[in-house]
Amino acid sequence: MIATIWAWLTDPANWSGAGSIPDQTLEHLRLSFIALVVAALIAIPIGLYVGHTGRGRVVLVNIVSAFRAIPSLGVLFIAALLLLPRLKGELAFELPSLIVLVLLGMPPILSGVYAGIQQVDPAARDAARGMGMTGQQRLWRVEVPCALPLIFSGLRSSMLQIIATATIAAVVGLGGLGRFLIDGQANRKYDEMAGGAILVAVLALLVDLVFAALQRFAVSPGLAPAARR
Amino acid sequence: MIRLEAVTKQYDEGTPAVDNLTLEAGTGEITVLVGPSGCGKTTSLRMINRMIEPTSGRILIDGQDTAQVPAARLRRDIGYVIQHAGLFPHRTVLHNVMTVPRLNGWGRARAETRAREVLELVGLPGDFARRYPGQLSGGQQQRVGVARALASDPSVMLMDEPFSAVDPIAREGLQDDLLRLQGELGTTIVLVTHDIDEAIKLGHRVAVLRQGGRLAQFSSPADLLAHPADDFVADFVGRDRGYRALSFQQHEVPVHPEEPVPLGQPLTRRGDEWLLAVDEESRPQGWVVPGEVGDAPVGREHLHRGGTVASVDGSLRALLDAALSSPSGRGVVVRDGVLAGTVRAEEVLAAIQAAPRPDGTSIQDERP
Amino acid sequence: MTVFGTDLSEVADLAVSHAYLAGLPLVLGLLISLPLGWLALRRRWLYPPVIAGTGLLYTIPSLALFVLLPGIIGTQILDPVNVIVAMTLYTIALLTRTVADGLGSVPDPVRQAATAIGYGPVRRFFVVELPLAVPVISAGLRVAAVSNVSMVSVAALIGVSQLGMLFTDGFSRSAMGPILVGVIACVLLAILFDLLILLGTRVLTPWLRVVRA
Repeated sequence: MIATIWAWLTDPANWSGAGSIPDQTLEHLRLSFIALVVAALIAIPIGLYVGHTGRGRVVLVNIVSAFRAIPSLGVLFIAALLLLPRLKGELAFELPSLIVLVLLGMPPILSGVYAGIQQVDPAARDAARGMGMTGQQRLWRVEVPCALPLIFSGLRSSMLQIIATATIAAVVGLGGLGRFLIDGQANRKYDEMAGGAILVAVLALLVDLVFAALQRFAVSPGLAPAARR
Repeated sequence: MIRLEAVTKQYDEGTPAVDNLTLEAGTGEITVLVGPSGCGKTTSLRMINRMIEPTSGRILIDGQDTAQVPAARLRRDIGYVIQHAGLFPHRTVLHNVMTVPRLNGWGRARAETRAREVLELVGLPGDFARRYPGQLSGGQQQRVGVARALASDPSVMLMDEPFSAVDPIAREGLQDDLLRLQGELGTTIVLVTHDIDEAIKLGHRVAVLRQGGRLAQFSSPADLLAHPADDFVADFVGRDRGYRALSFQQHEVPVHPEEPVPLGQPLTRRGDEWLLAVDEESRPQGWVVPGEVGDAPVGREHLHRGGTVASVDGSLRALLDAALSSPSGRGVVVRDGVLAGTVRAEEVLAAIQAAPRPDGTSIQDERP
Repeated sequence: MTVFGTDLSEVADLAVSHAYLAGLPLVLGLLISLPLGWLALRRRWLYPPVIAGTGLLYTIPSLALFVLLPGIIGTQILDPVNVIVAMTLYTIALLTRTVADGLGSVPDPVRQAATAIGYGPVRRFFVVELPLAVPVISAGLRVAAVSNVSMVSVAALIGVSQLGMLFTDGFSRSAMGPILVGVIACVLLAILFDLLILLGTRVLTPWLRVVRA
């Protein structure tokens, strides 16, 4: 069994041309990053606003936990059924899935940003205000840098959520590594399914590692657990 | 000078937090606001830099109504130190201290030079600058907090329970350093504490506030101890205020010569009288009993260290304490750390009777 | 009875197997996370590898894990055991850290007092530490429960029968009805799980219900 999966993974035929492993990997990454960027562009400002002002806290917390309960597969199918007949060409396959990816990617970022800003030491906030920082200065020079660890963990779980959902979205026609799983299933080819699954798992792991490295680079060493007593 | 004029802070629900408070904090002095929790002391302090806006009344700093100055602008000119220091965990000690000068538009190099200067001033030289707050002890963090407040050389500094969260030994050191710094820099300080001992130690003037933010008494620490305005103040100042008031009184006390014995040498005298052991530089080390030492050289294991040591020009409280705590009954007195002689409790007590009290009277005057 | 063209008795059957596929892993995962979390907390050097290892599990997309498990544990691809194992792994991934942090949140004086009274380590764990960690662990369990319910539906893609079948069925017939019914049923099931855990927490932590004087 492992031998057949290995054979599929190493078959040169699977490594070139349209729909090949590199092709689908790049496609998976492209779609995931588009979704992450859009989700972040929407979620980060909202999270910052709620965290900084404390307004709309209850609504945000409830929306985030409600979203967690919604099954991604069901939402994907709903979006596809609603939008497929109304769209044409490439867009018809991508847009419904992208909308769902963005939607499901937002809650982890929202809660990460909000929680990050919330947990900033009240004494540090108070000191920042007391030394004459304006609201904007406090937000960007104190609150956001201190919130970065949790903002990053929000971005990371968002990215994992998006990569996982993008895999499933192959069932409604989205490109990416999910194709191997779905097409392999349709053609009863377990080696292709398993090979695709391994590739997705490795991709998720590598992307997460890249984010972990970015986090190390971006977050002040003063906030690392080791710096605390 | 900071002047609070009929300042009131009223929150929505009923009783005011601060009620019609009028107070002057003198330039170059430490003014302490003290009182039980809920007395509005922190609210009063935070109204000075407009962290809280008063409901009515005015606050003037050197004649300028603070309501006329934009709040952020006002705060940049006022040092602000709070209980848990509130250091920014993502910035090094150096960058924490550079914050306010940078906010005030100083260049990086100038701000850094200044930051290193004040860090030196608060006793955190060199290597500390590169550390992060998480790597410091509570006392060290509070020192950085003070340095950060001093960095832009403010003429006014507000301190809200600055030393309350620090362990007692570190607190003592921080208090002494604050007194020294304030003496050197002449900063006008308003400090909030719930600890009456701290208030008495640090304040040139002490304002005792009572529940509901009303001023109970505003006077010098000595006067507070000698003449509490009412039961509330008397109760708050505490039972042994008569003894503590001695901290502010000095008087001539006879100092008797003391023939010490050097550490590390055998005794030349016998008997059961207590003898004072000193080191090579004549600094008192402790008391010994000849019977316990025998023929051996006087060693550290023979020392009884019970007694406190007072300075020749110390307060009557320190002198009395030295006499009372000494196992020999002879209180050790030093001049610059070197043995000057000993005092007797009864003579210190006589001096206390004769000493002028803060209000100019003496205990003897009151006798018929 | 039918709603949106979906037979409700069929939905009920699917809901029962959905509850089983999401619920059993929750129990198994909790039982495994407790000793793991305890170990990670008690043996300091174990904390980073255990937390990193369980965190790594969580990065694997669910569909990939459903597909890979048969190859690893030698089951058939349609076997529900795959889903049970996968969901158990996710539960462990979520809960181990929570258990360690929850046990770590027990105040040190309380732990020391328990030792001073004469509790051995095992008794102390069950009588003092675990009960006090319940609120934190329960918060983690609620997250795991809700995400399990949502994730199990993905298993419909590999043909394991549960509420997710309503999605694939509806999509293949281009019928919105069954999909909506499925989503609603999933959300209701998640809410039910959440309420059950809340109820259990309430029963286990009577001291939190006392109104502070």
